[in-house]
Amino acid sequence: MWFFTHVWIIPALMALSFLLILFFGKKMPKKGAEIGIVFVGAAFVLALITGGNWIAWSNDNPEGHGLAAEGAALANVDPSCSSVAAEAAAVGEGVEHAEGKTEGKTEGKKAGEGHSEGGNGTEGATAAAPPIGESAAPAAPTATEPAGAEKGGHEEVATRPVVSCINWFQNGDQTISIGTLVDGQSVLLLIVVTLISLLVHVFSTDYVHGDRRYTHYFAFLSLFTASMLFFVLSENTLQMIVGWELVGVCSFALIGHWWEEKPNSDAALKAFLTNRVGDVGLLVGVIVLYFAAGKSFSIMDLNILANEGEISHNLLLIGSLCLITAVMSKSGQFILHTWLPDAMAGPTPVSALIHAATMVVAGVYMVARLYPVFFEGLSISGSSVNALSMIGAITALFGAMLAFVQKDIKKVLAYSTVSQLGFMVTALGVGAWTAALFHLFTHAFFKACLFLGAGSLSHACHHSFNMVDDMGGLRKIMPKTFWTYLVATAALAGVFPLSGFWSKDEILAGTGSFPGTEGANGEYHVMLVMLLLAAFCTAAYMTRTIWYAFYGEYRGHGTPHESGPRITTPLIILASLGAVAGIVNLPAAFDFLPEGTQTRFEHYVEPVGLYFPAISHAGFNPALAVISVLVGLSGIGLAYLYFFKDAFAGLHGLAERNKVAAFFKNILVNKYYFDWLYTTVIVGFVKGPLARAANWFSANVIDGTVNLVGKTAVGSGSWVYKNVDQKVVDGAVNGAGSSASGVGAMLRLTQTGRIQQYAALFFAAVAILAGVFVVVIG
Amino acid sequence: MLLNQFLLLSAILFTIGVYGVIVRKNGVLVLMSIELVLNAVNINLIVFSTYWGVAGQVFALFTIAIAAAEVGVGLAIVLLIYRNLRSVDIDELDEMKG
Repeated sequence: MWFFTHVWIIPALMALSFLLILFFGKKMPKKGAEIGIVFVGAAFVLALITGGNWIAWSNDNPEGHGLAAEGAALANVDPSCSSVAAEAAAVGEGVEHAEGKTEGKTEGKKAGEGHSEGGNGTEGATAAAPPIGESAAPAAPTATEPAGAEKGGHEEVATRPVVSCINWFQNGDQTISIGTLVDGQSVLLLIVVTLISLLVHVFSTDYVHGDRRYTHYFAFLSLFTASMLFFVLSENTLQMIVGWELVGVCSFALIGHWWEEKPNSDAALKAFLTNRVGDVGLLVGVIVLYFAAGKSFSIMDLNILANEGEISHNLLLIGSLCLITAVMSKSGQFILHTWLPDAMAGPTPVSALIHAATMVVAGVYMVARLYPVFFEGLSISGSSVNALSMIGAITALFGAMLAFVQKDIKKVLAYSTVSQLGFMVTALGVGAWTAALFHLFTHAFFKACLFLGAGSLSHACHHSFNMVDDMGGLRKIMPKTFWTYLVATAALAGVFPLSGFWSKDEILAGTGSFPGTEGANGEYHVMLVMLLLAAFCTAAYMTRTIWYAFYGEYRGHGTPHESGPRITTPLIILASLGAVAGIVNLPAAFDFLPEGTQTRFEHYVEPVGLYFPAISHAGFNPALAVISVLVGLSGIGLAYLYFFKDAFAGLHGLAERNKVAAFFKNILVNKYYFDWLYTTVIVGFVKGPLARAANWFSANVIDGTVNLVGKTAVGSGSWVYKNVDQKVVDGAVNGAGSSASGVGAMLRLTQTGRIQQYAALFFAAVAILAGVFVVVIG
Repeated sequence: MLLNQFLLLSAILFTIGVYGVIVRKNGVLVLMSIELVLNAVNINLIVFSTYWGVAGQVFALFTIAIAAAEVGVGLAIVLLIYRNLRSVDIDELDEMKG
């Protein structure tokens, strides 16, 4: 427990590292790099310990149905962070009642989604041990109800969240807290972020060696990591926004690290500004959800209320659509993805960090964190299409197609990231939460490996990333880079049994539309087809990069050489992790394995409790797995035949001869004309007619109004001066003055200065007074 | 009837005193008129003391003592006025005229 309540130390370490590097970095022997590495190493070790504790804790607390009681599920939630938890703690007895209500709702909803319920039941009955169709967190306390009996069949793990917080500030009766929410999901990201960051730090010591802003670079790497960790541990949505924006700022600084060259600073600006577009969505979404959750920013409150159906469906729909805009910008989803390939202008290790562990997964993480909002708002369960899955699938396919026409190896990888993020978003959209997080996990390893591999290549080829013109034949010269790159490519293409196969297969199964797949949340036919096509493209374009970079004749200048150990060691670590990471979530259907070795990832990472929706998990489908491998292999095979064997010689130069092909190629080369749309149409329109119209409006209408108001004000002012001020006000003041002086002049006549006159008046007055006394009293 | 005659005497004395204070131009005579006023009061006090106890006589003694002191101060003032103006005419002392 100590580690869970003090997990804030990890981001704090990185923030401290940032400050130390900033202030003392230049005076250190290694220019600050050693501070960064020591701190990120410590953070990684702490994250690992936290992860180990989480696993041990989950094992020690298999309370099963004890979670059904609201009080127990929220036992580790600091009541000051969550009003729902506070109520649960205060009410105590009333919990029974509230829980009964929830129960009724869950049952009602489940009855409505007949097919998924059926799939659930059979799965739960046949595969005895693992929690496949663990759906409703609040399982029935009375196991006599039919639905409850099914769920009673499998064990549940008490991976309830540990929430702790402190008061950040208070405004009226609204208290804003800041704290940490620790559950499997955030612990997973802690480990991934710190590991990738550590490897990137080590890699960078060689890669940016001798850079003019070496210290500055390491300081921002630390801050970037700190921001992402802060974001990941967010306890409320407001804190999330802070982390989100911090990540954005750091990416701006790092993408524009070599800002002296115009394209780099342009790319940094583009990344920042494109993200601002989505940030508006985030802000609006968070505000909508703030009011939806009864004026609470707490993620726990929001999730629980959304789950229990306390928030109206329309409100959740609006909130989730706004948040999707934010996801589109941050996670590079279609139509706002344009910044991501341009962000390649930054140093390569930064690209690896952005694409594997931080920044772009922030959007995916946010959806996963607020999953009940999306699950209920978009009615993911039992549906066949929704905004999230649609955007994801389009991104996955179109991003993959764009990767074919890129000459720059990093841009290929960037579009690959766009496409893979599309996979994750689709998975979230179809209800395959675990598959999405699992893919995030495996993708972090092999994509970081690919980016760092590309960095190693360009390190060898005079910092060029142009694989078509400046690379080739590097297989023999750079064996380590080649083999790691090859393994990571195979993992990305989904070759059995590397990690990418397992996670991608889970996503494909999660669409639930392949015949024979059981237990999915809905039937997303279109998504399955698009994802398969995207998987095919992925395999093909990755083969293309291998052809250009490693085979054929060397086309660049000078003599390339293998990179040093500080570059190759991270590559080897990442490639091996990318190869084997899949074993953490082997399908439950593999019952020939010893018990407790399948679905470990799902077991420990997936939240259980009232703050997580009742999703069901698609079962492993052997036919689909074979097909997905075949699709990947055919992609690799066709690309192999085309590039290596020159099999389709007739297709070479097709775009020059055939108008239709040229048309499509043009679309791809111009990236679907999105940049043209943004810069020429939108910006051009804004700069041209709209700006002129605004100027005219400003000059005539607004200025006219202002001038009119001004003139009226001056006119009425002078009238008031002449009439009211001069005559009434001054008249009154002067009148008072002159009347006072007139009275004074009269009174001064009585002041003769003669004592005797005064005495006479005095005696006369006394005499009159005496007379009055005599008459009145006497 | 004895009381009435004493009070009448006292009233006459008082009136003469007040008249002197208001009308006389000589500062010394003004002081003397003040003495008349005070003595009129003294007569009143003593007359009433024969009816209501000795407190009146005590007050009369106080009045005499204070009157002596007052005359001392008053004459000193008059003396200073004389030194400055070579006159004791009170009408000339109108520097406080408004």
